[in-house]
Amino acid sequence: MNNGKDNYALESKNVNFFYGSKQALENITMQIPEKKVTALIGPSGCGKSTYLRLFNRMNDLIAGTKVVGEVLVKNQDIYKNNVDLVELRQHVGMVFQKSNPFPKSIFDNVAYGPRAHGIKSKDQIAYIVERSLRQAALWEEVKDSLNKNATALSGGQQQRLCIARALAVEPDVLLMDEPASALDPIATQKIEELIMDLKQNYTIVIVTHSMQQAARVSDLTAFFYMGQLIEFGPTSKIFTNPSNTRTEDYITGKFG
Amino acid sequence: MWLKAKIYNFLFLTLSIAGFTISILTLFALIADLVVTGAPRIDFSFLTSFPSRNADQAGILSASVGTLCVMLVTALVAVPVGIAAGVYLEEYAPKNWLTTLIEINISNLAGVPSIVFGLMALGLFVYKLSLGQSILTAGLTLSLLILPIVIVTTREAIRAIPTGIRHAVYALGATKWQLVRDHIIPYSKGGISTGVIIGLSRAIGETAPLITIGALTFIAFLPNSPITSHFPFISFQWLHDPFTVLPIQMFNWVSRPQPEFHQNAAAAGVILMSITMIMNLGAIIVRLRFRKKVTW
Ligand SMILES: Nc1ncnc2c1ncn2[C@@H]1O[C@H](COP(=O)(O)OP(=O)(O)O)[C@@H](O)[C@H]1O
Ligand SMILES: [Mg+2]
Repeated sequence: MNNGKDNYALESKNVNFFYGSKQALENITMQIPEKKVTALIGPSGCGKSTYLRLFNRMNDLIAGTKVVGEVLVKNQDIYKNNVDLVELRQHVGMVFQKSNPFPKSIFDNVAYGPRAHGIKSKDQIAYIVERSLRQAALWEEVKDSLNKNATALSGGQQQRLCIARALAVEPDVLLMDEPASALDPIATQKIEELIMDLKQNYTIVIVTHSMQQAARVSDLTAFFYMGQLIEFGPTSKIFTNPSNTRTEDYITGKFG
Repeated sequence: MWLKAKIYNFLFLTLSIAGFTISILTLFALIADLVVTGAPRIDFSFLTSFPSRNADQAGILSASVGTLCVMLVTALVAVPVGIAAGVYLEEYAPKNWLTTLIEINISNLAGVPSIVFGLMALGLFVYKLSLGQSILTAGLTLSLLILPIVIVTTREAIRAIPTGIRHAVYALGATKWQLVRDHIIPYSKGGISTGVIIGLSRAIGETAPLITIGALTFIAFLPNSPITSHFPFISFQWLHDPFTVLPIQMFNWVSRPQPEFHQNAAAAGVILMSITMIMNLGAIIVRLRFRKKVTW
């Protein structure tokens, strides 16, 4: 794996991103280390979600978009022609802002990914479902109602189910786009605890509009402003001693 | 000024209520008349007899079997083709002017008079493809007629699926085909079934296009059985048989001078109307059931 270079889970080199003629990201160069939580913060519309979606190529679903520059996952440029999207997305999972469980049973939600990737054995599927639900700290709450429709769960449970569903395909990287922004404080706390558990084994990139949340869960923080990466470094430094005045203004609440 | 407005308001309200009442009453009067005339005529022998020169011996056996066979062909063709077309247009078709043109025309097709479909079918199925004046031709004709309905409802059902679901499926590394097979089609089943039932309940009452392709009005035999006594035990000969259907049978009976035949027509009408109502009720039940099962 290590071919003389540093090993980052994710990396972007001089990346520019366009929605049609509108440029949403400008020259972003950034290295995201393995098994750490990296938070992306910045005012609404500054390009955090766009940047996050680069790494599993979800931006491809939007017509008329263009990427210039290199986006590396495990040192592989994922915008090369021969990249297998199925494999990439198996490796880089995603949790969305609005929980989006399938209108299927809890079990089938979690089982969907592994089944789509060709796992047929019932025992193996059941094992993966239980393991993923335990990882997402949901197992105890749903183990007696695995056949219940997932849409009947509470908002916080639905979001943890979506995390379990993403974990079931055994990714190494988990992209989270404001995963707790629609949740109440208790459900938010559960998600945050979960993120801190998961970072033992996963590289996590989380977009958040809550600076307290970034400060609580992340090891590294990147501050975006109007499509540019203004500052990136250890969370403790960004929040106590930022080098850029705009970062300071943002985290002290002068704008947002 | 104020009084004038009030008077106009009152007049308009009275007019609307009167219009509503008259149309509802007319409808009920027609149904009541049909039922009062027709219902006493319905008995076992009416259901199981062939048409006859004698009104009191005539029945609707060949017409109901014909309707059943034609509906079967219609459904077997319109359902897969309609769903496939709807899914293609929604999920696969490139978004360009050609697609838009096709989309607009499909919606317009739903409003084309059915006799036009009959003329087209006469030219295509009967003359060009030599399928004859058969159950197969009738089924294909009616399936063309209801295809727009199936396609439009399929697309509407697909469009009701939130984008969040699509994103979740793709983010798990599923392919487009897996998205369609495991999510798009299952989640839009309710809407699709409703469209199919509504389409079939329209097709079941159609007369004009079937007369155009040359359906017979007097049939005193049944189509060949689909099951035979010798190998391979199934036969598709029935597809090529001549046929009649309930509304044509009715048409035949009302056009005779004797009032006894008019009573037969009313009785067949009651049956046809009941079938249509049951189908529409079915559509409502299907929709409610799926709405409970598939929520976002
Ligand atoms: N689908 C889209 N089409 C066009 N412009 C978009 C689209 N999504 C986002 N943008 C634009 O790109 C910029 C960055 O958006 P986004 O990445 O969603 O910001 P953030 O997540 O930081 O709020 C915004 O100016 C937004 O208007
Ligand atoms: Mg965003």
